[in-house]
Amino acid sequence: MTYKTTRYALLLASGLMINTTTWADDGSLYMLVGTCFSCHGYNGSSLGPTTPTIAGLDNDTFVQIMTEYKDGERPSTIMGRIAKGYTGKDFQRMAEYFAKQPFVRYPQLVNTAKVKKGAILHEKYCERCHQDNGYTDYQASGILAGQWMPYLQLSLADFQINARNMPRKMKIQIRKMIKGNGEESINDIVHFYGSQTRTDVDDD
Amino acid sequence: MPDMSQITRRNFIKIAMGTTAAGMVGGITSCAAKKQVVVVGGGAGGATVAKYIRKADPSIEVTLIEPNEYYYTCFMSNEILAGERTIGSIKFGYEGLSQHGIKVVRGYVNNIKPAEKTVTTQEGYTFRYDRLVISPGIDFKWDAIEGYDESVVDKMPHAWRAGSQTITLRKQLETMKDGGTVIIAPPPKPFRCSTAPYERASLIAHYLKQHKPRSKILILDGNEAFPKQQLFIQGWKKLYGYGTGNSMIEWLPSSKEGKVVRVDAKQMAVYTGDFEDKHTAAVINVIPPQQAGKIAVIAGLVNQKGWCPINKKTFESLQQPGIHVIGDAAQAGKMPKSAHAAYSQAQVCAMAVVAALSDKEMGTPSYLNTCYSIIGKDYGVSVATVYRLKGKMIAPVEGADGLSPMDASAEDRKREVVYAHSWFKNLTHEMFG
Ligand SMILES: Cc1cc2nc3c(=O)[nH]c(=O)nc-3n(C[C@H](O)[C@H](O)[C@H](O)COP(=O)(O)OP(=O)(O)OC[C@H]3O[C@@H](n4cnc5c(N)ncnc54)[C@H](O)[C@@H]3O)c2cc1C
Ligand code: HEC
Ligand code: HEC
Repeated sequence: MTYKTTRYALLLASGLMINTTTWADDGSLYMLVGTCFSCHGYNGSSLGPTTPTIAGLDNDTFVQIMTEYKDGERPSTIMGRIAKGYTGKDFQRMAEYFAKQPFVRYPQLVNTAKVKKGAILHEKYCERCHQDNGYTDYQASGILAGQWMPYLQLSLADFQINARNMPRKMKIQIRKMIKGNGEESINDIVHFYGSQTRTDVDDD
Repeated sequence: MPDMSQITRRNFIKIAMGTTAAGMVGGITSCAAKKQVVVVGGGAGGATVAKYIRKADPSIEVTLIEPNEYYYTCFMSNEILAGERTIGSIKFGYEGLSQHGIKVVRGYVNNIKPAEKTVTTQEGYTFRYDRLVISPGIDFKWDAIEGYDESVVDKMPHAWRAGSQTITLRKQLETMKDGGTVIIAPPPKPFRCSTAPYERASLIAHYLKQHKPRSKILILDGNEAFPKQQLFIQGWKKLYGYGTGNSMIEWLPSSKEGKVVRVDAKQMAVYTGDFEDKHTAAVINVIPPQQAGKIAVIAGLVNQKGWCPINKKTFESLQQPGIHVIGDAAQAGKMPKSAHAAYSQAQVCAMAVVAALSDKEMGTPSYLNTCYSIIGKDYGVSVATVYRLKGKMIAPVEGADGLSPMDASAEDRKREVVYAHSWFKNLTHEMFG
């Protein structure tokens, strides 16, 4: 993914969103993706405090997540039920739509000391997969930068209790990180991701 | 809370003159080329439809008419009763909608002339429309329960429209002595948010458990069963001793003489069932039977049942062409009367309105509803349904019509509460932001 300009979340929130196609062009598509905005926010950028932003995910990642929800392979409180309402083709169309939307990042309450520690931990244990400080969805790793912190906590908790399958190599890194830096390092790294507020806009 | 009676005539004129030239009959300018949509009611459905019409086609002029300066959401208002939320957190103004180019007019619509395509407010202003959307919510049937009418709502609040009524009920709970009884009396279905009385019972129990533990809640029900019943009962057992001799909540269905038929506000008594059993209590929350908002009746949009039959794809009235009805007032088949449903219908209706005004194909609708219910501390449950158009019906997609599982972990129950709060934040921003 390439970004031409960088803007801050609050500018976007105040209505400077750049839209290419209008809603009337493809009613079916907009009504389809519109069903997600009630919880995930307009165009998939959530206002929090916990429900994740789903904008900007890579097509394949998106379809994979939705399929896992539908098949009951990914733990959830509600998405498993919702995903059953859509077909694989619906997932494709949603994926294409949300992949084009900017991930709008809002400032979150972070502890500066933790952010500093987290930055170092990220570089050492996570950057190889969660590239560009977690801004890039590389090989279905999702987007961590600017994701709502409580959501990151819940995701990591699901991995830790084996409710969700963790990629083998990530497991090794997490284990190493905790071994070397203690349980609190999980929190440090969440603060680091939560501190990221750069919003990327494709200006054409 | 601001209501009609508090809005002076002078205020109305000032506001109406200031904000709407284009749509006003006899107004100064009327740009003939611009298509006019008028939306009646700035609640869950109305705010959303106004916004989404503008998003779909910014060349359409949208005028939203609403009598109140602020909207208080009923959704999450039960948390106020529990003392877990402030009234300010459910209060929303209309500046956000103005910023989307919607002309927001403060006024109360008391006449609609479908043949002339005009809407008139109580203050005498008339607006012309090419398409009209109404989302007026509910009206109470004041003659349904003997003794229960507008004159007693301060004594026995319904709190089924949020705002001052919510505050009144909360104050009564605060002043009630420990050991008092709270009656909650839901009407027979259909009514606005049919899970909310049970969420209300739960959240009042949550408050009483901490502050007035000897008190009781008695649900006097006009129904035999209620949505998410098993989930509620499981939660009540866990949190409030339901089913034991010491239960904080007692539920009397209509077959056990639960249905309220008469009230006596002076005596703080309600009478239930065929034999008019008398129940007295310190706090009495009567939820009266409901029908579509009054303006729907005036405009000839309601059927004998008191609700508005509509085309399920376009939400256009089956009784008055050119007028769309969404939200609680509409008869939307399997979709419940909820804010989420009103929001979802508004998205679809917006597309139908834009299509009708531009001779485009509206496309295939998708609809979704969720109702979160918070039963107590760290304890939430939900129902989520995805719907599609099936013939002329709005039908749940098979397999995607589900409740939170009965055996969910404590962790998941806790997560549903935080996700419910996120839902509220995102949904209200969609409506008013
Ligand atoms: C206690 C409680 C809890 C609830 N909890 C939930 C929940 O958790 N989730 C959920 O999804 N739903 C919930 N609901 C339901 C939800 O509040 C309603 O379904 C929703 O508000 C319906 O939207 P609406 O647009 O039809 O009506 P409303 O939101 O009531 O809006 C109607 C608007 O129209 C205006 N109006 C009426 N007549 C006129 C007129 N003649 N001229 C101009 N304006 C007019 C009114 O002033 C009002 O602002 C709850 C309801 C209650 C009572
Ligand atoms: C009622 C609220 C609600 C609605 C509606 C909803 N979601 Fe979700 N979504 C959630 C919650 C809550 C989670 C976290 C997982 C869980 O507990 O279910 C989530 C998680 C997700 C995730 C995972 C994000 C990540 O990076 O881990 C994706 C993708 C997603 N939802 C897509 C969608 C799509 C697409 C729609 C519309 C078809 C949708 N959701 C509608 C509440 C909702
Ligand atoms: C070997 C590559 C790899 C490494 C190293 C790695 N991850 Fe991951 N991570 C992934 C992949 C792939 C996923 C998506 C897994 C899935 O959804 O099934 C993921 C998912 C996640 C998620 C969940 C995102 C969501 O939307 O729910 C979090 C949080 C996370 N990783 C944190 C970390 C942290 C912290 C580290 C460093 C300690 C790390 N990861 C190291 C590959 C990696």
